[in-house]
Amino acid sequence: MRVEVDVPKCVGSGQCVMIAPDVFDQREEDGIVVLLNDRPPAELHADVEESAVVCPAAAIRVVEK
Amino acid sequence: MTETLAETTAQAEEPLAEFPMPRAAGCPFDPPPATRVLQNERPIAKVRLWDGSTPWLVTRHADQRALLGDPRVSSDPLVPGFPHPNEGFRENSKRRRTFLGMDDPEHARIRRMVTAPFAIKRVEALRPDIQKITDDLIDAMLAGPTPVDLVRAFALPLPSLVICRLLGVPYEDHDFFQKNSSVLINMASSVEDVVRANEALTDYLDNLVAAKLADPADDMLSELAARVRAGELTQREAANMGVLLLIAGHETTANMIALGTVALLEHPDQLAVLRETDDPKAVARAVEELLRYLSIVHNGRRRVALEDIEVGGETIRAGDGIILHTGTGNWDAEVFPEPERLDISRDARRHMAFGFGVHQCLGQPLARLELQVVYSTLYRRIPTLRLATGLDQLPFKHDGAVYGVYELPVTW
Ligand code: SF4
Repeated sequence: MRVEVDVPKCVGSGQCVMIAPDVFDQREEDGIVVLLNDRPPAELHADVEESAVVCPAAAIRVVEK
Repeated sequence: MTETLAETTAQAEEPLAEFPMPRAAGCPFDPPPATRVLQNERPIAKVRLWDGSTPWLVTRHADQRALLGDPRVSSDPLVPGFPHPNEGFRENSKRRRTFLGMDDPEHARIRRMVTAPFAIKRVEALRPDIQKITDDLIDAMLAGPTPVDLVRAFALPLPSLVICRLLGVPYEDHDFFQKNSSVLINMASSVEDVVRANEALTDYLDNLVAAKLADPADDMLSELAARVRAGELTQREAANMGVLLLIAGHETTANMIALGTVALLEHPDQLAVLRETDDPKAVARAVEELLRYLSIVHNGRRRVALEDIEVGGETIRAGDGIILHTGTGNWDAEVFPEPERLDISRDARRHMAFGFGVHQCLGQPLARLELQVVYSTLYRRIPTLRLATGLDQLPFKHDGAVYGVYELPVTW
């Protein structure tokens, strides 16, 4: 799986960090998403998919399955 | 084409349902039955508001998410066609502009000025403080007489103490700002009262921002004051933002604590599970389910279409008002099987209790943390907690922008 984040779209709601903290973090200064790992291991795939669905700003995309 | 025209005319001739719709007597947690009928039969339907305007009411989860995430849908209350909930709100939207009523890119620019304190890690660092506030309030309650009003003794002071500390607002003034904030979110308030309460709160925050300009501390108002000094915001804009954060920090969490307690007391099996678990994940799941089940922002998210939009088999025209009834969306059986069942073990993360799209609640990590601490502490420390009055005697906030109870007499 490969993940992409669209940083300008992010509204800093932190949903992704709550669901997949090993994949997503937030910038200290404004809470905007930081992608920690664009190729997360298989055991995190379900959480990453869920983050993409729940992200209110549609800022997370799974580009390769 | 002819057929669509004929249908539109037919619908126009039918008397439209009035919105908001009443809840059923005896079912205080359920969305209004009429909204659930629409969800099945006409999920995107025109309704009539207090001022005679006829916006669309959208009741299905999928359509709501599509529209709330659509940049052709505006949150700006000054766009003609915007479905104002009452006259007071309409008046206020002209006076107090905040990022809530702005569209991107302006919205993103302003919102990002206040997102940092609500990042997951910064909020999580507050857990010990919030636990302490919770325990202290419960100690005080246990030391006092019963029955006691859980709203005044616990549900309201807790988020109030937390947001005051974060913002840098002196808690000693709580009578003043709680009173004015409740006027602002009560649909039954007169326009004069709303305008007066708004002015009182904005002046109060304006003075505080001025004080922080002169003497900054480690709090959000001081951060906003720094933006004023840097010329990014006017002092009045900073004060408006302060009012918004203060009200939002109070009303929502307080209602979730009190109404959540009523719901749990009415579902003793669920309460027992919550009381006995030591698993923070189980508590977090319970919080999401209660957020879904209760959906306290209960009269719909309001928007206006900027262009023609095809959705769910309907065409919403540019200039049409749109009301997304997320409380009903959160009871959509396609996403949440047996939605009427409060089941704290379900995965309810797709709920829209915090809204959806770019305006989704900024303070949600803080709200979640407060609720996790409260729900895992209160019922454990007072295991015999119960209502001191009948469910049918409780004063529910049918007229509020945020649903809940005005008072919650409890004993143990
Ligand atoms: S869930 Fe989406 S909007 Fe929220 S912080 Fe993550 S990327 Fe940003």
